[in-house]
Amino acid sequence: MSILIITEHDNQSLKPVTLSLVTAAQQIGGDIDLLVAGENAQPAAEAAASIAGVRKVIHADNAAYAHQLAENVSKLVVELAEGYTHILAPGTTTGKNLAPRVAALLGVNQLSDIIAVEAADTFKRPIYAGNAIATVKSADAVKVITVRGTAFDAAEASGGSATVEACDSVHQHADVSFVGEELAKSDRPELTAASVVISGGRGMGNGENFDMLNKVADKLGAAVGASRAAVDAGFVPNDMQVGQTGKMVAPELYIAVGISGAIQHLAGMKDSKIIVAINKDEEAPIFQVADYGLVADLFEAVPELESRL
Amino acid sequence: MKVLVAVKRVIDYNVKVRVKSDRSDVDLANVKMALNPFCEIAVEEAVRLKEAGTAEEVVVVSIGSKSCQEQLRTALALGADRAIQVDAQDQLDSLSVARILQKVAEEESADLILLGKQAIDSDNNQTGQMLAALMDRPQATFASEVVVEGDALKVTREIDGGLQTLSLKLPAIVTTDLRLNEPRYASLPNIMKAKRKPLDVKTPDELGAQLAGGVELLSVEPPAERQAGIKVGSVEELVDKLRNEAKVVA
Ligand SMILES: Cc1cc2nc3c(=O)[nH]c(=O)nc-3n(C[C@H](O)[C@H](O)[C@H](O)COP(=O)(O)OP(=O)(O)OC[C@H]3O[C@@H](n4cnc5c(N)ncnc54)[C@H](O)[C@@H]3O)c2cc1C
Ligand SMILES: Cc1cc2nc3c(=O)[nH]c(=O)nc-3n(C[C@H](O)[C@H](O)[C@H](O)COP(=O)(O)OP(=O)(O)OC[C@H]3O[C@@H](n4cnc5c(N)ncnc54)[C@H](O)[C@@H]3O)c2cc1C
Repeated sequence: MSILIITEHDNQSLKPVTLSLVTAAQQIGGDIDLLVAGENAQPAAEAAASIAGVRKVIHADNAAYAHQLAENVSKLVVELAEGYTHILAPGTTTGKNLAPRVAALLGVNQLSDIIAVEAADTFKRPIYAGNAIATVKSADAVKVITVRGTAFDAAEASGGSATVEACDSVHQHADVSFVGEELAKSDRPELTAASVVISGGRGMGNGENFDMLNKVADKLGAAVGASRAAVDAGFVPNDMQVGQTGKMVAPELYIAVGISGAIQHLAGMKDSKIIVAINKDEEAPIFQVADYGLVADLFEAVPELESRL
Repeated sequence: MKVLVAVKRVIDYNVKVRVKSDRSDVDLANVKMALNPFCEIAVEEAVRLKEAGTAEEVVVVSIGSKSCQEQLRTALALGADRAIQVDAQDQLDSLSVARILQKVAEEESADLILLGKQAIDSDNNQTGQMLAALMDRPQATFASEVVVEGDALKVTREIDGGLQTLSLKLPAIVTTDLRLNEPRYASLPNIMKAKRKPLDVKTPDELGAQLAGGVELLSVEPPAERQAGIKVGSVEELVDKLRNEAKVVA
C-alpha cells in the first residue's frame, strides 16, 4: 500500500495537523508520501521532509498553487494519484474544500472526517453532530479520506530524511481567481492545536468582554474560542467558532464561559480531556458534560479565575 | 440568471438522534424531519437574488424518496419558483447525488448552483465540491457573502484562518455557511401558494445519471459517554481541582 498525504501549510511553515495525518497513515500502513503544493513553499517542503517515517515529499511550486485553490490542486493530485491506495487530506477548511473534488474526479466517494482506522479499508467517523459513530468500509481502489486532526496524535516532526522531488506540472483553472484574504493575527496557539481552550458564548454580552477571556488565556497559554451565538452576534470573528459546523477541538482543558451547551456546540468540544463550565444557570446542559461546573456570574468568576492562576 | 438550489431532508437540528439497539443505523422512526439549515440559507440567498432582479428563476431540487417533497414545498413557500424531486433511496451516497445534480444542472442550464456546506445528518461537507469537479466549474465553499458582478461572482468564504475572497466566472457552485443570511419564515399565504407551484418528479435513469456506491455502512454505535462531573462551590475550589486533581494547570 502507499499513501499520499496532502499537507496543510502556509508556504512558510507546515501546520501541526499534517503530523496527525502521518500518524493516521502509519495506522493504515504502507509507504507515506507528502504533497506540498504552494508558491515559494520551500520551507514547508523542507519541514515535510524531516517528519519521521516519510518516504518522499512531492513539491509542486507555482503561482497557480499559491492559495491552494481546489480547482487547481485537485487536478494536480489526480495526476499524481496513480499508484496510491489512499489519499489523505486534513479535515480543515482547506482539506474539505479540496478532497471531495479529488474524489469526484477519481470517480470514488470520500470518507469524511475519520476519527479511527479499523483496517486499511475500514474507518470510524462521527455523524449527527457526534451523537453516533459510524463504521464505514470502502471498496474503492483508491480511498480518498479527510482526517480529523484531533483524533490522532502528532507524529515526530523531526528525525526523517525524505527526498524532496520537484513537480513542475501546472494546472490553472481559467475561471477562478484569488481576490484577497483577511487572516486573524494572534500570538496565541491555534484553536485546534492548543492544549487549553477557553471559549465564550452569548453570555459574554459583547466583544470587549472577551478581553477577560484573553487575560486568562495569556496565563494558561490557551487559545480563545466561541459559540456560534457569540460569532453571529458579532462579538468575535468566525474563525473562533467551535462546534459541529465550526472547529473541532479536543484540548487537555476546555473552559466554557457563558455557553449553554447546545448539541452543535458539544459536537465540537466534548472530546476534550477536562471540561470546565462557568454558567449562572445551574440547569444549563453544558453542566452535563462538564467535569467541573461552577454556577456563577461570569463577570465575577472570570476575573477571579485570572487572579488565582 | 437561473439559480438551482439543492436541498436535503434531514433530521431537525433540535433532535438528538439515538442509535438503534442492533447498532445497524440510527433510529429515524417518528423523528421530526426538516430542511437542512444550510439548504434553507441557500434557498434564502437564491430568493434574495430574484427579489433583487438578478435572478430570473429559482429551481429547487432534492434527491430522495417521496417524503422529500415536503421539504421541496417548504423551499417553494420560501420563494422558489419550481421544484424537482429526483426519486431515489434516501441516504444516497454523495457522489451519486453530485452526478444527479450535474445532470439536472445541465438540463436546466443553471448559471449558479447553491448548496449547503454540509448536511447536518451525515456531516460530510462534500457534495458541492464533487458537483463542481464533475462540471469542471469553479467553487466557493463556506460562503458568507455573495456579490454578483456581471457574469462573475465575488464570494467571501469563512476559512480556518479568517476570511478569503474569490472571484468566479459563472456558471459556478457556491456552498453556504451560517452567516450568509438569516432565512425568513414562510408566511401562511406563501405556504398556500407553494402547494400550487410546479413540482416535477424524475428518476436518475431518465436523467442519465450513473450511481456510484463504494462505501458500505458496517455499524453505528453511540459515542463514549462522559462521566458525570461535579459542581464546585467557588473559583478557589475550581483552581484547586484543576491544579491538584486534574493536574491540567500549573
Ligand atoms: C445548522 C446549525 C449549526 C450550528 N453550529 C453551531 C456550532 O458549530 N457551534 C455552536 O456553538 N453553535 C452552533 N449552532 C447554534 C447552537 O444551536 C446554539 O444556538 C449556540 O451554540 C448557542 O450559543 P450560546 O451557548 O453562546 O448561547 P445561549 O444558548 O444563549 O447561552 C448563553 C448562556 O450564557 C449563560 N449566561 C448568560 N449570562 C451569564 C453570566 N453573566 N454569567 C454566566 N453565565 C451567563 C446563560 O445562562 C446561557 O446558558 C448551530 C445551529 C444550527 C441550527
Ligand atoms: C451512518 C451513515 C454513514 C454514512 N457514511 C458515509 C460516508 O462515509 N461516505 C459517504 O459518501 N456517504 C456516507 N453515507 C451516506 C451519506 O449519509 C449521505 O447520504 C450522502 O453522502 C449525501 O451527501 P451528504 O448529505 O453527506 O452531503 P453534504 O456534502 O454534507 O451536503 C451538502 C449539500 O449537498 C446537497 N445535498 C446533499 N444530499 C442531497 C440530496 N439528497 N438532495 C439534494 N441535495 C442534496 C445539499 O445542498 C446539502 O446541503 C452515510 C450514511 C449513513 C446513514
